[in-house]
Amino acid sequence: MTNYSVEATGLNKSFGRRLIFNDLEFKFNKAGVYGISGPNGSGKSTLVKIIAGIIAPSKGKIIHNLDNKLIAEEQLHNYIGFVSPYLVLYEEFSTYENLNLFAEIRGVKFDKERIDYLLNKFLLFKRKDDLLKTYSSGMKQRVKFIFALMHSPQLIILDEPTSNLDDEGKNSVYELVKEEGEKNIVLIASNEKSDIELCSDIVYLERYKN
Amino acid sequence: MNSKSYSLFLKDFKSELRTRYAINALAMFIIVAISVILFSVGNEKISQSLTGGLFWVVIFFTAMSGLSRAFVSEEERGTALTLQLIAAPSTIFSGKLIFNIILVFAMNTVIAILYSVLFEAFVIQNFALFLTSFVFGNIGLAVSSTIIAAIIAKAGAKGTLYPVLSFPILLPLILTSVQLTLFAFDGISFERAKFELAIVVSYDVIMLTASYMLFDFIWKE
Repeated sequence: MTNYSVEATGLNKSFGRRLIFNDLEFKFNKAGVYGISGPNGSGKSTLVKIIAGIIAPSKGKIIHNLDNKLIAEEQLHNYIGFVSPYLVLYEEFSTYENLNLFAEIRGVKFDKERIDYLLNKFLLFKRKDDLLKTYSSGMKQRVKFIFALMHSPQLIILDEPTSNLDDEGKNSVYELVKEEGEKNIVLIASNEKSDIELCSDIVYLERYKN
Repeated sequence: MNSKSYSLFLKDFKSELRTRYAINALAMFIIVAISVILFSVGNEKISQSLTGGLFWVVIFFTAMSGLSRAFVSEEERGTALTLQLIAAPSTIFSGKLIFNIILVFAMNTVIAILYSVLFEAFVIQNFALFLTSFVFGNIGLAVSSTIIAAIIAKAGAKGTLYPVLSFPILLPLILTSVQLTLFAFDGISFERAKFELAIVVSYDVIMLTASYMLFDFIWKE
């Protein structure tokens, strides 16, 4: 079980005069699958980017704690796994090369056993040495899951996790979400009914528009 | 700078070998720029001061054509987000800086060799002074170009913005480097060039410090 917690306090984001959400509050402090839902343009992707420390909120803050100790912003990337349709990996490298480079840049050990397990789980082991540019969009989406999970993060953020995936790919993702949700915090931002059904607690963004 | 920055540099180096984003642009620019100067000069004998100036003009515009790639290629390919998810901002800046320093040194060494072969007036009397100013000038050029590249990578009109932003920032460095190159041509001693050398070294220290302080704000939207 994780000792990780993520908390939003008085979160507000505006782009110019356009308010995305206001006074957003939540706290996830135990392992489980949590959801962020709302219609198109409601700010789901913006919120997950703020949680991952990629963009800054206009007001309020996100607090990440591990064992009741605050995680420094510059170290956050080591605790987070992130998957989204707009995430792009290096197409001039193979899956294995990409993962090896990411481990080196992160400064973590290249855990071959875990990576081979994930490659098998996402049915990519046979294609691990092929350049990413030769992959279909569904295969690229599956590589992103391996990228997100290779360093065993405590917080897994999945923005529209099943986009571009076939039924087999979706089933792999759902299996993995349930598996990871037992020991880590999994946060899903989606409109898909089947994605949201996995979540025990859901933040509805249309409630934070005033 | 640490092993993570070095790994990021290696990633960029391997990527560059496969995609040739910057190397081709730089090589073509060097060849075209020097050819145009040679054609326009013709059989005229040009002075040492003009040669020194033209040397740094080629260096400045070559840097404009290639060094922005460090960050622009990440934004254009959409991989900037991936970088944000695997490394701290200081690691990213250091990795990109190592790449640009090596690129600047390689590019400017080629330009210096071509100049010494093709231009009669490019005769260095004080080689140690030339080398010192060349090293500090290149470091300043790489640091400034890297932070400017990070700023413009997020903007819409990247191509136009890069030289426009670079000009005022690089002007003190280029002017002083031109002066030091002329001193090296004239065989002037280190003692007499110490004021100009102090300007270049100070420029490098200021730009490096400011870049590390500002990069966090530039990198995070």
